[in-house]
Amino acid sequence: MKKTQRVNLAALAGIAAISMVVAGCSSGGSSGSSSSGSSSTALTASAPGITKTQILIGSHQPLTGVAAPGYDEIAPASNAYFQYVNAHGGIYGRKIVYKFLNDQYDPTITSTVVHQLVLQDNVYAIFNGLGTPTHLAVAPYLNAQKVPDVFVASGCECWNAPSKWPDTFGWQLDYIREGKILGNYIKQHFKGKKIGYFFQDDEFGQDGVKGLNMEIPKSQVVAKESYNPTVTNVAPQVTALKAAGAQVVVSFSVPAFTALLKLTSLKLSFNPQLVVSNVGSDPITLAGLLEAFAKKGGATVSGNALTQGIITDAYLPSLGATSNSWIKLFTKIRSQYLPKLPLDGNVGYGLAAAYTFVQAMLKAGRNPTRQDLISAINGGLPQGPSLTPYAYSATNHNGATGAEMTMIKNGVQVPIGPVQVTDTSPTGAITTYSTAQPTAPASGIPSP
Amino acid sequence: MTLVRHLAAAVGVAVVLGVISVMLSAYRDYQMAEVAAYVVAVAGLSVLIGLSGQISIGNGAFMAVGGYASALLLLHLGWPLGVVFLASVVIAAAAGAVFGIAAARLRGPYLAGATLMLAVALPSIAIQYAGVFGGDQGLSVTITTPAFLGATFPPTRWLAWVTCAAALIALILLANLGHSRIGRSWRALRDDEVAAALAGLNVARLQVLAFVISAACAGLGGALLAAVTGIVAPGAYTLTLSIALLTATVVGGLGTLPGALWGSLLLVLVPSFLTNVAASYGLSGAASSSVPIAVYGVVLIVVMLVFPAGIQGALRRLFGPASPASGTPLSVWRRQTSASEHQEEGTR
Repeated sequence: MKKTQRVNLAALAGIAAISMVVAGCSSGGSSGSSSSGSSSTALTASAPGITKTQILIGSHQPLTGVAAPGYDEIAPASNAYFQYVNAHGGIYGRKIVYKFLNDQYDPTITSTVVHQLVLQDNVYAIFNGLGTPTHLAVAPYLNAQKVPDVFVASGCECWNAPSKWPDTFGWQLDYIREGKILGNYIKQHFKGKKIGYFFQDDEFGQDGVKGLNMEIPKSQVVAKESYNPTVTNVAPQVTALKAAGAQVVVSFSVPAFTALLKLTSLKLSFNPQLVVSNVGSDPITLAGLLEAFAKKGGATVSGNALTQGIITDAYLPSLGATSNSWIKLFTKIRSQYLPKLPLDGNVGYGLAAAYTFVQAMLKAGRNPTRQDLISAINGGLPQGPSLTPYAYSATNHNGATGAEMTMIKNGVQVPIGPVQVTDTSPTGAITTYSTAQPTAPASGIPSP
Repeated sequence: MTLVRHLAAAVGVAVVLGVISVMLSAYRDYQMAEVAAYVVAVAGLSVLIGLSGQISIGNGAFMAVGGYASALLLLHLGWPLGVVFLASVVIAAAAGAVFGIAAARLRGPYLAGATLMLAVALPSIAIQYAGVFGGDQGLSVTITTPAFLGATFPPTRWLAWVTCAAALIALILLANLGHSRIGRSWRALRDDEVAAALAGLNVARLQVLAFVISAACAGLGGALLAAVTGIVAPGAYTLTLSIALLTATVVGGLGTLPGALWGSLLLVLVPSFLTNVAASYGLSGAASSSVPIAVYGVVLIVVMLVFPAGIQGALRRLFGPASPASGTPLSVWRRQTSASEHQEEGTR
């Protein structure tokens, strides 16, 4: 279930240089913005969900049920950012109203709540709908109705289908790119070592493995073990990895299975270097799960001690980077609008995604139609809190294009390599992205 | 004779539903289609439990069979919708027959346990054989509105028409079946298996038949629901679905077709209504999202406490034998309602 989303922590950096470049593009990019005129243009009800005073958007989120722990923080975090924007002038004076409904991670309910949002509530757009199987249930419908379907909370490469689904956009780093970047690191730093794969047997794990295979020499891979997310005994897989003599285990797993992998390995006295995908490596979530699972088994462990040394990657700035301008902004907004939640990976994710949405809305113009929002994103978006530029163009609807390698130290992800970007093709090079990250705007709100 | 009466009433109901669908908003049409899909599945379960006296906690699995069958047929063979629905019914009935025969020796809680296993196990087949069934992300089901209705015709209204038509046909058949020799035989063996056997009824065959009918209904319901929601995926057919069907059957009124309608309306409308109420009180926060679910549970408990015979039983009591609903095809089982109340008392 979880496969989909993700989050990470991380942190971000800024916009300054790039936002100027993009400001240039934005006027050229959005073809249809007849409305993006001067500030004197009167506000009108330019599209469904948009009135003179507000912009209504909707989402489907797992607020209860199996996928809820952790992921139920994302939409409230996005909402916190929208409230912050609303309190500071809104979007050209309009307030964002974010209505997120509970789909319990059940595609049937997703379909129902999205029909409600579109047909009854008349939302302008669906934002950050969470989950691959759930969102797949509604992407065809949203595109048929020409409802903008932006920044899906899932790393499935499937959202990048501009000809089939022109109104759908991904946002987080897709799993193929992530697999390539992790694979490249392994190829360079664990030369000649025996590598084992551990992955969720669905599109999340399989896309990840696709990316890994593009980089890691076949001869080094000694075992490929998959797990089914409904079967919590992973001893057979871990035994096979151990028997194959794997020295490095790379894991495309959700947090619960990263924890099970770690604990089962401990039990079997198997101690490989772990390399874990971003989805399954949020240190706060992992530490909690490790302690909870161990307790069920009658043991006491220190979560942070067990996550120590895990290698992973991040496409948002590390939450531990307290001097980073984006983390400062997130900390400020969280303490003011979301005091009940900690600033963990899920909250960081929700805030960053909401920031991206505000960027897109500002670019779409003062009185945007639905098509204006699509055109605005197709024209490219400035980087914002992401560590890497977005891939958005008329022919590419992927979001983040890369990540940095990090290691978990004392419960915090610490960068251990440069920010790298790549594409989703087997031959596409992985290059270092050395442009300094733009800093967060002092106002906390992107400039139009 | 009965058939003619049911058909005439069904035509009347179809006209009324058609008018309603035009008056309702696009989203209400969508909900109407959802209700129609659930009614079929719930009615099938109602026949199984209320008439034949068996219990199934696994009818969600047969909905999955019907849903996946229709998705695969549409995807690979592109058959017309009506044929696809019919084929889904046949396939689900076949699955029901296989399971029903295997479970024919099981009674009461043991049968329930076996069907429970089915509900839990079947969806994971879709994950095991991801190449065929699309794994966790499932298969999408695309229903196109016919061109002759015009480009501006609301797609959800077309969905409502299709599902209501299919549901009406299924309900007519069930109503007739309930009135037939088979229906009487089911009631006989439900009330006393030994007496029924002594009277010459083939108990095992009748029970398997009831199981097959309920699986076929669930299959049609699953196919309709897949058409409405646009996807079949394992996440849609969890144990929760099977229990929701059982809930709707019992709360609506066991063994009655109108009861299936009340139960399905409850299933579709109450959670969405409660969510909206919660949202309008600003309760869309993460923790408070459990509130609608909790309130839904309370509603179910209250209904069962106040109306032990279900909503249909309560209506019957309120309006007496001259129920205003009499004469519609949905009320043809009114007489049996009292029988099933008896049965309830007897089993306690």
